[in-house]
Amino acid sequence: MTVVSAQNLSLTFQTADAPVHALKDVSLDIEAGEFVSFIGPSGCGKTTFLRVIADLEQPTGGEILVNGMSPAEARKARSYGYVFQAASLQPWRTIEKNIALPLEIMGLDKADRQKRIERVLDLVELSGFAKKYPWQLSGGMQQRASIARALAFDADLLLMDEPFGALDEIVRDTLNEALLDLWARTNKTICFVTHSIPEAVYLSTKIVVMSPRPGRIHEVIESTLPKERPLDIRESAEFLKIAARVREGLRAGHEA
Amino acid sequence: MTLRSEKTVPVLTLVAGLMVIWYIATVFLNAPFLRDQAERAGTPPPSFSELIPLTMAQERPVLPAPHQVAAEIWKTTGAMVLKGRPFSKRSLIYHAWITLSATLLGFLIGTALGVALAVGIVHNRAMDKSVMPWVITSQTIPILAIAPMIIVVLNAAGISGLLPKALISTYLSFFPVVVGMVAGLRAPERADLDLMHTYSASRAQTFWKLRLPASLPYLFTSLKIAMAISLVGAIVGEMPTGAVAGLGARLLAGSYYGQTIQIWSALIVAAALAATLVALVGVGHRMVLARMGMKEAA
Repeated sequence: MTVVSAQNLSLTFQTADAPVHALKDVSLDIEAGEFVSFIGPSGCGKTTFLRVIADLEQPTGGEILVNGMSPAEARKARSYGYVFQAASLQPWRTIEKNIALPLEIMGLDKADRQKRIERVLDLVELSGFAKKYPWQLSGGMQQRASIARALAFDADLLLMDEPFGALDEIVRDTLNEALLDLWARTNKTICFVTHSIPEAVYLSTKIVVMSPRPGRIHEVIESTLPKERPLDIRESAEFLKIAARVREGLRAGHEA
Repeated sequence: MTLRSEKTVPVLTLVAGLMVIWYIATVFLNAPFLRDQAERAGTPPPSFSELIPLTMAQERPVLPAPHQVAAEIWKTTGAMVLKGRPFSKRSLIYHAWITLSATLLGFLIGTALGVALAVGIVHNRAMDKSVMPWVITSQTIPILAIAPMIIVVLNAAGISGLLPKALISTYLSFFPVVVGMVAGLRAPERADLDLMHTYSASRAQTFWKLRLPASLPYLFTSLKIAMAISLVGAIVGEMPTGAVAGLGARLLAGSYYGQTIQIWSALIVAAALAATLVALVGVGHRMVLARMGMKEAA
């Protein structure tokens, strides 16, 4: 099943001096259960593409379907959960209350909310922290809480915009491993924006290399790594080969 | 608690310093009158050491000494209570209560008006463009000029008593509430609002679950200012309108009859009242922040 289908998608921002082509003729299909990373330099449109899927930006040309619907319909049908670079937890709500926020908005009853909160907190390994406030948690834990919040209402598609970009390398490794584990257990489709080549290669089944001005897809690389991925797979020849291809693609896209 | 005691010493030191300056000023400001008096009576001018106690015992001094003011305040508050007549017309408690009731009513109306305007400004493009300039313009008109007009117009409309005075407080106090509340309701970042959008939250849900809680720290900071100027508004409202009761009326009566001690005691009571009211808002601020699990910002 195709979860996201984009055909010649374009988005041009009108600015004071010149129009900015954030996306130009982007065509891409994402199948259910895939883990797709978007990588490229600033201004390549990777975040914009994610925001179009989420109905946070309106395309100016081309077509896009999410679960066979328009992005606005998909949003109303709660088709996706979105994770931002900043955890964006409300400081006046405890972790469980933060996870309850979308559930309250969607009108779920209290018992159902409680069940879901417990389940997703367990999934991101934050079970003991339900009653803590965000400032009492480390940056990595806050980001895990925000992932739990995006998982709480059972959307099959998870959109993640550089979720670990602000975290240090060690925390990032742990979270990458945890995310793969979570993906394997929940069978979600994940779209993941990143700046990091190792992160993209380690996580993805498909790596979309993008280039800027205008924002477009330079190359789509299918990963040949197995689904089981311990952290030390990153030293394997296979991994390094894919990473080299991504780097080459980024360089070529930049020069083009 | 540690914070309290850390503050106590500096505050007391400052008060002690002010007292010293006040006493010195008393001597120098009140001495000329005593010298003139002696000259007119044809007696030799009093020596400096004779002068000092006399400067602090005049009936209508240019500047009354602190203990004269303290005695007057006691006479018109504590002593009245002991006599069982705390609400007699000669009691400052009575006058302070008159002013306080107008202050609180004006503060409540001002807060409600300010919050309502801010909600309108944030949610309605037309109001956003049109209301703020008028809000700012309203504050450029001297309150002393507009206060009698409010009283006269409302009187003609058959409204008198507490409400006209309270509306003068409202006129001053709604302003900081509007400004603070607009900033507070707009405090949520782009990502916070985007998140609500991805949940397909309605405007009402975004308001109750994001904008309003985010605005509360801003609101309380504004409320402290609003409370203090509400009191100023109530006093100003009593002055040009021939009011017979209230701290403003007391100030006015004092200046008619040259009762400087009475003026100063009314001033001190007004200042103490303002400090108490602002402190109470501060307590509310801390309680709300604690309820919301946030560390104190102010």
